[in-house]
Amino acid sequence: MLIKRPADITPTEITSPELFHRRREFIKLAGAGSIAGAAGVLGLANTASAAPHFADLRKSPYNTDEKPTSLKDISTYNNYYEFGTDKSSPAQTAQSLKTRPWTVSIEGLVKTPRQLAIDDILKLAPLEERIYRMRCVEGWSMVIPWVGFPLATLLKQVEPLGSAKYVEFTTLNDARMMPGVRSSVLNWPYREGLRLDEAMHPLTIMAVGLYGEELPNQNGAPLRLVVPWKYGFKGIKSIVKIRFVAYEPETAWMRAAPSEYGFYSNVNPQVDHPRWSQASERRIGDFFKRKTLMFNGYTDQVGQLYSGMDMKKYF
Amino acid sequence: MNIQQPSARQIAGVKIALFLLCLIPLARLLLNAWQEELGANPIEFITRALGTWTLRFLLITLLVTPLRHITGLHWLLRLRRMLGLYAFFYGFLHLLTYLWLDQFFDWAAIAKDIVKRPFITVGFAAIVLMTPLALTSTKAMMKRLGGRRWTRLHRSIYAIAILGVIHYWWLVKKDITQPLLYAVLLGILLGYRALRLAREKQRQLATAPPVARS
Repeated sequence: MLIKRPADITPTEITSPELFHRRREFIKLAGAGSIAGAAGVLGLANTASAAPHFADLRKSPYNTDEKPTSLKDISTYNNYYEFGTDKSSPAQTAQSLKTRPWTVSIEGLVKTPRQLAIDDILKLAPLEERIYRMRCVEGWSMVIPWVGFPLATLLKQVEPLGSAKYVEFTTLNDARMMPGVRSSVLNWPYREGLRLDEAMHPLTIMAVGLYGEELPNQNGAPLRLVVPWKYGFKGIKSIVKIRFVAYEPETAWMRAAPSEYGFYSNVNPQVDHPRWSQASERRIGDFFKRKTLMFNGYTDQVGQLYSGMDMKKYF
Repeated sequence: MNIQQPSARQIAGVKIALFLLCLIPLARLLLNAWQEELGANPIEFITRALGTWTLRFLLITLLVTPLRHITGLHWLLRLRRMLGLYAFFYGFLHLLTYLWLDQFFDWAAIAKDIVKRPFITVGFAAIVLMTPLALTSTKAMMKRLGGRRWTRLHRSIYAIAILGVIHYWWLVKKDITQPLLYAVLLGILLGYRALRLAREKQRQLATAPPVARS
């Protein structure tokens, strides 16, 4: 729906849902003649819009025209174990994460390893709006209007060597800013990986924003991976290191439960999680479940990456 | 009020208060639903809340006997049936949420779930096993079965509670803190009984007439 509106309205021109929902608060206070109160709300409104807006976002041909999930749901229902295992906790505890200064180290089997500051990364390529389906391994899904750019753009900065076959990503591991890493629920830091061709695929992006604004911390600020044909946990958040390697890296979830989470983790309704079915999913906001699509509906774009591969074996 | 031996009227009062108290979790859930505060995934929220309360009521029911022994308040026993029935009530709502809201009576998918998903198998078994206990909870049924047989049947609550904890344990993705907590509490409640039983046997042996040595 969002994508169907005239192209001359950019997402940044739309009042954010939070601001919109506060309109009554404002009207109430203003009506009561409470000048100080009204000023307070204005102050709040200012901080709400303090996160940089991303202007002139390019539309992507990969965008889905399905109705995006609300910003409230996207930013309050999160799996981000560094901020607690409860899905409502990251929205409360991730405010302690400081995303500036932030450096991403790109290293390993490359000609020119680099340390890039997040603000320089943001200038590497024109930012795009990418409205993708997101399917969680737990059986729910969303439609998310990301702001980002192709991962390939970032990877080309360092000139990978011919021996590089895989890319390994690492999340920040800082107990002062991330209360959840004091628990040993996963082996920290969180790590993920992609095969080089998956990483270079045009659908694979680095997301830096959501709904036209900077990413909320609980969604993986300042920089996260989005691989829409894979289960959501592949989308590693708050990345500090990208490493080119020759062998398939071990990911945090493979290490935690190797029989349940494989390296590929492609969305596949025919390969069930050992403990639950993956045949259907509940789109957040819907009452009825829907059938899960092969590669989350991106078969035309990515199916050829896996031709001839036994998807049951390489789950 | 004589706490050791309250009058019939006082017990009736306590029962009414307890009845209303046990409805609070459901009332809170309905209020949350009314105010649209069930989060991004309301069906999951409802299922989890009802499941957790089923487990809690099972543990509370199992707490009555130890509490009675420790405090000497034997009238507490008269509250046990209601607590057990509430465990069944929340368990039934939990199952209904799964059948109706989650699966929308897709019987093929439900049957497949029950057979193929161990955590659903054990959860389903627990509810099925609770049903005869709820049905035989009346005084008339107790009389019909006879005290000994009734007690034996109702001991299956131990198995039901164990199945309930396993159900919770197996559905959790990774963080087992909560199921572990319930497992420990159940372990204490069942351990208390085992210990008491062992001690009683020992006492019986000690007081038995000496056996002639050959």
